[in-house]
Amino acid sequence: MMNGGRDIDLAQLAKQRAQRYRNLVLLGRIGTLVIFLGLWQILTDLKIVDPFFFGSPIGIVKRLGDWFVNGTAYGSFWYQIWVTMEESILGFVFGVLAGVFFGVLLGEIPLLSDIMTPYIKMVNALPRIVLGSIFVIWLGLGLPSKVMLAAVLVFFVVFFNAYQGVKSVDRNLVAHARILGASRLDLVRHVVVPSATSWIIASLHVALGFSIIGAIVGEFLGAQHGLGLVISTAQNNFDTNGVFGAMLVIGVIAISAEGLMGLAEKRLLAWRPASANDGARNSI
Amino acid sequence: MVSNSTSGGDIVLEGVTKRFVTPTGQAMTAIRDVNIKIGAGKFCAIVGPTGCGKSTTLTLTSGLDTLSAGTIHVAGRPVMGITPGVGFVFQNDALLPWKSVIANVAFGPLMNGIPKAQAMEKAREWLATVGLTGFENHYPHQLSGGMRKRVQLAATLINDPSLLMMDEPFSALDVQTRAIMTNELMNLWEQSKPSVMFVTHDLEEAIAIADQVVVMTVGPATVKDVFEIDLPRPRGAIQDIRFQPRFLELYKLIWNSLREEVERSYAMAAAKRETA
Repeated sequence: MMNGGRDIDLAQLAKQRAQRYRNLVLLGRIGTLVIFLGLWQILTDLKIVDPFFFGSPIGIVKRLGDWFVNGTAYGSFWYQIWVTMEESILGFVFGVLAGVFFGVLLGEIPLLSDIMTPYIKMVNALPRIVLGSIFVIWLGLGLPSKVMLAAVLVFFVVFFNAYQGVKSVDRNLVAHARILGASRLDLVRHVVVPSATSWIIASLHVALGFSIIGAIVGEFLGAQHGLGLVISTAQNNFDTNGVFGAMLVIGVIAISAEGLMGLAEKRLLAWRPASANDGARNSI
Repeated sequence: MVSNSTSGGDIVLEGVTKRFVTPTGQAMTAIRDVNIKIGAGKFCAIVGPTGCGKSTTLTLTSGLDTLSAGTIHVAGRPVMGITPGVGFVFQNDALLPWKSVIANVAFGPLMNGIPKAQAMEKAREWLATVGLTGFENHYPHQLSGGMRKRVQLAATLINDPSLLMMDEPFSALDVQTRAIMTNELMNLWEQSKPSVMFVTHDLEEAIAIADQVVVMTVGPATVKDVFEIDLPRPRGAIQDIRFQPRFLELYKLIWNSLREEVERSYAMAAAKRETA
């Protein structure tokens, strides 16, 4: 080996090794999926596992294909997906806005927070899913009751984080901004909210999951459209493939939303030093 | 913009006392009966043992906190709320980490209602003054400690303060960077001559830069001695001034006063540790 070429060889070698490792991981992932689905299919084909209770991969695909092509009992399958997404998104938006607003408000006004704390704790201790029934009674079987339930679930997660974020603002920064001439409102806008943003963002991941849960559970409790209704109908018909199929669709929606959230997070928190993780990813 | 002849307000502290209640419910006296007079456009350094309430004195004068007793007058007016025309360079990083360097520097003018374009232009000039042209769009975490301090200086001085509080501003920097920053600070100060209160634990630095050195006692702190520094200005690099005979005389004089307090503070800390 030539002396001058040594460093290049080393870098080349490390690159190849990293590439090989990534290929191995990918292969492993695909393999796991194939084995899992294959076993499931074979076991149900051979009636070792009862397909009536456990469905089968091919059955699920067929069921989904049928829904997408022929629609469900309450209209096109796309429309059911859209209804659930609409409920989740609206619930998420309202829940986040209200959570941030009240979190910042109570964080900024200690008297108000001291007065409200026991009530907030009480409502928070309640299993909030049961509120869904109240909302169906109040708001009917349509969209608003689901949006409300999703928003309530989202609200508490975001609220507590926003509140905590406001409480943990660096007092040094507040003093600095005050000296430079910032008014109370300026402080909230330029110091408190940006500082609480990393806390709020952390809560959004959980909140996103909750908004979907809220929409689906709301549909379970009573609805005319949506994936929750699709699942509950499939359940009543002992249509195992249908339940799994709808589950799969919800999973895809949730993962896509999570991906979008990741992008938004990167933009909002661009000012933060890159974490060790990001650095590693960039270096490859 | 408001006034170019910034060498404004004299600062007068009379019988200033600050008491507060600790989280454990005990009443504490941070400073007691402090009297300091600083002439308009003068540079006053405050030295004293660690934790003796030097910072409290600055916080009270700037209006960030309220007095328990006594009065503080700046340019003849009693301090109520944030003192008009005050600038404050904190010991720790106080830049807003989510704003770029230029947005941090432009923050003060923007808060004071100066139009955005004008504020940005002014910020650009100040960044040039502190030697950071080209770093406008960096975030604070991307800069070194010395560079962040420069940004902080620019962010403070852009408001054209007539009185300037500095709380161990360079203590987190390494020795070389610190010497350079101190020289730069002196150059900037000579240009607009605000009245300065500069807290430091470095007596050499205090004598080299100040017109007046205030020695504070160990807590509850009060003023022990005030020394006038009659070294002629401009003094040039602080690294050189240390070898002048007058500097050494003053150093000995003030150190004798300060040493007692430092020793007492050690003794008190030791006693506290024994009882704990």
